[in-house]
Amino acid sequence: MWQLIRIELFKIFKKPRTYIAFGAIAAIVFLIQFAFYSDGDEYMAFLLKSVNETFTLEGKLLNGYFICYIILQTLLLHVPLLIALVSGDMIAGEANMGTLRLLASKPVSRTGLILSKFIAATVYTLALLTFMAILSLFGSMLIFGVSDLIVFKTEMFVVLESDDVFWRYIAAYGFAALSMITVSSLAFFLSVFAENSIGPIIGAMSIVLICTILISMDIPFFTEMKPFLFVNHMLNWKGFFDRPVDYAEVLKSALVLIFHIILFVSLTIFVFKRKDILS
Amino acid sequence: MMRSILIIGLMLFLQPVSAQDETALVENLKAKLAKVNDYKATGKMKIDVSFINAPASNINVFYKRPNKFRLKKANGISILPKGGVSININSLFVNDNYKAVSAGEKAVNGVSTKAVMLIPMEENSEVVLMTLYIDEKNLLLLKTSITTRESGSYEMDMSYGKFSNWGLPDKVVFSFNTKDYKLPKGLTLEYEKGGKKKEAKIQNKKGSVEISYSNYIINKGVDEKEFASDKL
Repeated sequence: MWQLIRIELFKIFKKPRTYIAFGAIAAIVFLIQFAFYSDGDEYMAFLLKSVNETFTLEGKLLNGYFICYIILQTLLLHVPLLIALVSGDMIAGEANMGTLRLLASKPVSRTGLILSKFIAATVYTLALLTFMAILSLFGSMLIFGVSDLIVFKTEMFVVLESDDVFWRYIAAYGFAALSMITVSSLAFFLSVFAENSIGPIIGAMSIVLICTILISMDIPFFTEMKPFLFVNHMLNWKGFFDRPVDYAEVLKSALVLIFHIILFVSLTIFVFKRKDILS
Repeated sequence: MMRSILIIGLMLFLQPVSAQDETALVENLKAKLAKVNDYKATGKMKIDVSFINAPASNINVFYKRPNKFRLKKANGISILPKGGVSININSLFVNDNYKAVSAGEKAVNGVSTKAVMLIPMEENSEVVLMTLYIDEKNLLLLKTSITTRESGSYEMDMSYGKFSNWGLPDKVVFSFNTKDYKLPKGLTLEYEKGGKKKEAKIQNKKGSVEISYSNYIINKGVDEKEFASDKL
């Protein structure tokens, strides 16, 4: 199994497209940091518009923790695309190149083959998130310094003291890893049906995008649907920035995501084991 | 009829005397507070506003006569209601040009006080009306309600301890009206828990900021740089 995972990892990191994601994340993080460095006060004034009528806020509002929160919020909407780019290619890419039949003819079980591919895709996902965490959290802390974090929510804002923030980011990145592995497993599942990686990549992204649009719309019918969408649970990394943290709700979301991961991977194995590989 | 004329006449006759009493009382209080040229204080601040979830925080407070006041949270963000300079009672009497009118007597936290309304005589004064509840015996300001032109109305409740000789409170509770706070969901992208939603919040709720002072360093000088404003 370990040998299979190593081979799959070698294949992933040999492809130039793998590095597009790292480049894109670096570019987005630097652009956001630059934008906030040069004109962050405008953004802050917009967020505080209704607060400023009654209150005066003093201190370093634009600090590394706040910038990291904005980056995390922005990037976690875009990272699924970068993850699907690799995960959606794991099986469909082999089918497209005509190596899938050759691979299946080797003396390894199909379950083992799928699991090794999925684990390799997960390693890639974790590497991408770690890269993102280092750039967005440590980079922003270095550029903007640290202070209390203000988290803006729809009907309130939460102030977290600076010495109570770092662990929340570690936990949030851990939760974000679970979210991204869910997207990865979805793209991976769709990949088993395709002969070309474009289909599963676009398919996975479309599902994530449609769910994101449903979540952001404040229409009662959609609101009823939200608790049943896994994309909604992907957003619960923000639960670590509540005061106090609603651990039961965060755990519920984590379990929903784990359920989806197991479901998508099991379905992939189920379909792949019965698949008549013609390419 | 004769009796009514007599009573009105008596009131008109006594009014200037009463106004003089109130003015003297306010001037005495002012003189007591004027003994404080500057102070540095440490304390704890608690915010109780429906749309702000913030922990109680340790603060440093700086004051310099006549009206320089600064409240800072070390390495943190401090949130103060607008008109927050008035959290400091020493800044209440910056303007001398006012008319003091008696508003009777009232018990504040079980202590009998003299209520005095101060009406600023300046046309452009930010403060429109100020009512002081003064403990005449100890010459302490226990409560004040202030109506301003721009920052609405607010109240301050003070309780005193070991710094009462200087007229400096151990605890100040600043109450004010707040407006509703809302950001679009598309911007915040929050996790939806599901279940029944809470009732829509009522506009213009009350909020309060409580400052408990643990120590004052009085008349030892305060550096001007303490009053410089921080970058957001």
